[in-house]
Amino acid sequence: MALTVPTLAEMTARGEAPEVLFWVGCAGSFDDRAKRITKAIARILTAAEVPFAVLGAEESCTGDPAKRAGNEFLFQMQAAQNIAVLNGYGVQRIVTGCPHCFNTLKNEYPELGGEYEVMHHTQFIQQLIRDGRLKVADGQPFKGKRITFHDPCYLGRGNGEYEAPRAALQALDADLVEMRRCKKNGLCCGAGGAQMFKDAEKGNREVNHERTDDVLETGAKVVATGCPFCNTMMTDGIKNAEKEGEIEVKDIAELIAEAADLL
Amino acid sequence: MIGQLVFLAMLGTAVFFFARRIRQINRNIKLGQDVDRSDRPGDRWATMARVAMGQSKMVVRPVAGLMHIVIYAGFILINIEVLEILIDGLFGTHRVFAPYLGGLYDILIGSFEWLALGVLVACVVFLVRRNILPIARFRSPEMTGWPKNDANIILVVEVLLMFAFLSMNAADGIAQARGLDHYIAAGSFPVSQWLVPLYAGLSDAGVIAIERGAWWFHIAGILAFLVYVPYSKHFHIFMAFPNTWYSDLTPAGRLDNMAAVKKEVDLMMSGDPFAAPAEPAGDVAAEPPKFGAKDADDLTWKQLMEAYSCTECGRCTSVCPANATGKLLSPRKVMMDTRDRIEEIGRAMDAAGGQRTQDGKTLLGDYITEEELWACTSCQACVEACPINISPMGIILDMRRSLIMEDSKAPEAITSMFNNVENNGAPWAFPATDRGKWVDELSTES
Repeated sequence: MALTVPTLAEMTARGEAPEVLFWVGCAGSFDDRAKRITKAIARILTAAEVPFAVLGAEESCTGDPAKRAGNEFLFQMQAAQNIAVLNGYGVQRIVTGCPHCFNTLKNEYPELGGEYEVMHHTQFIQQLIRDGRLKVADGQPFKGKRITFHDPCYLGRGNGEYEAPRAALQALDADLVEMRRCKKNGLCCGAGGAQMFKDAEKGNREVNHERTDDVLETGAKVVATGCPFCNTMMTDGIKNAEKEGEIEVKDIAELIAEAADLL
Repeated sequence: MIGQLVFLAMLGTAVFFFARRIRQINRNIKLGQDVDRSDRPGDRWATMARVAMGQSKMVVRPVAGLMHIVIYAGFILINIEVLEILIDGLFGTHRVFAPYLGGLYDILIGSFEWLALGVLVACVVFLVRRNILPIARFRSPEMTGWPKNDANIILVVEVLLMFAFLSMNAADGIAQARGLDHYIAAGSFPVSQWLVPLYAGLSDAGVIAIERGAWWFHIAGILAFLVYVPYSKHFHIFMAFPNTWYSDLTPAGRLDNMAAVKKEVDLMMSGDPFAAPAEPAGDVAAEPPKFGAKDADDLTWKQLMEAYSCTECGRCTSVCPANATGKLLSPRKVMMDTRDRIEEIGRAMDAAGGQRTQDGKTLLGDYITEEELWACTSCQACVEACPINISPMGIILDMRRSLIMEDSKAPEAITSMFNNVENNGAPWAFPATDRGKWVDELSTES
């Protein structure tokens, strides 16, 4: 099934309005690995018959990495530009493919004039399953498989959302296990606060290697993620531990799309 | 009569020095920048009740948490006993509450004794944890010298105070049994009865000396402690309450939008690139706004309050991913440095007759290094772990703002990320027109 994803400009030109705007994010747009997550989200939205659109070339970085690296000017310039676009289209509901975009749009844009209902993709997917809009057959590919969820800092601690991603994973009928450090006590993957874009400071270890130990302890065969940066960091960590043949790192959107036979 | 005068003099001295120190700290905190934390009073009272009074975040670690609750309950309840001691000391009475409270008095004294024993045991366990057990957060580089001694002084003083309290009761019990003058039959001594053999062999005068000696030691110790506490990390026993009341109630992931920046961005976005900057109202010599925090007094008063509230427990540092992987960053050290620096600024002001003087030093650089700041992943684990809602991360990010917006100092990779965001609208050097590529790919796949 060939999929088409309209831009909001195209949709507006047709006189239609989307149920949600899918905010793809920079990693989801440009990083080859993260693009697979983006496509899985698009397939899920399509299968659930959610009228959605993307901004395409009109989307720009939310400014999160600039803000957390100390460049408030650049952040607010980005915010002003994005808010002008979003408000111009009268956008009301946004689903993001990245918890950093999610946090910034949800918590930092309102004060600057951008008020939207913002959801992280795992929250929206969980709603689609709950409301019966998305059918996840009987979850055969993951039935009984041991899966552990790595909480993204900006979804979990940052916004108190620990349950939606786990509830979505329930649909897989898998063997869900928690890492020693999870939920409120979850350990960062090491990429937040603009670390993704620089080398780590001098230390005796990489944060993602430390986190990989937590994964290995659980005996999980799949690390479920909800953030493109966590995905990169955990994939590298698993590779470093030479477990890439045994342990997969996949976003919840990819797991659900696979279980729903959409890939 | 002389006893009463000595007591009054001691009390007055302690209250004088305590009040002077509180004024100093209050002044230092107010050197911070303005921030509004007066909204949602109902939620604020609830947060304070839950987090400070209810110790909800302490018990996340049950061993330390439960023992801390024993010490906390002991501290609060034994204060009823201290009130009696104050009245007895001022008016020359003895166990003044006993005749009024009757049977309740016995129950109170009995339960204070059990609490005193609990406090004593907990303090000894804490001493062992700090000094003998290999608990990493008590072994960090910042926990040497004064901070280590401070912690041990507090615990030893509490052990001594509790021992004095129990000895006083033991001797009082003996005096009561012997029917000595002045010692009315009052109180029950479920714990201190075990100390009776220590003092039972003494003469009447000896027993009275122990009782009076322990009484004076107990109250003198408490008054000395009152003066010591605001110079110590132990000040958290007071500050935990206002500090949690003024908590940041917004989601932990939210970082404030700087108002000064918003003004300039609004001006730029208003469409007139040649618009003159707004005239400063009235005060012509107004300094241009400083972006971010370079020194302690660039932080908000709430952040300075947090520095005075921190008791250096190190839970933040023990959950910090940067610290756990051997980086220089320790969130606890950020709080300790902030307090040390604002104290230094305060002392310099006292010496200069209240004027804020420049000493060529700043918090950023002289206390906290760039390497520490750049190690933070902004994961908020430190914020979540703090038992009294301190945010070391907030200070770290405010200092990054100063590095970038005042000094343009950033790791090279960060500078190129900024350039990419500015030029391409993405942290990587891809053109915006490529954003739709995945859509094209999707329409050809499967």
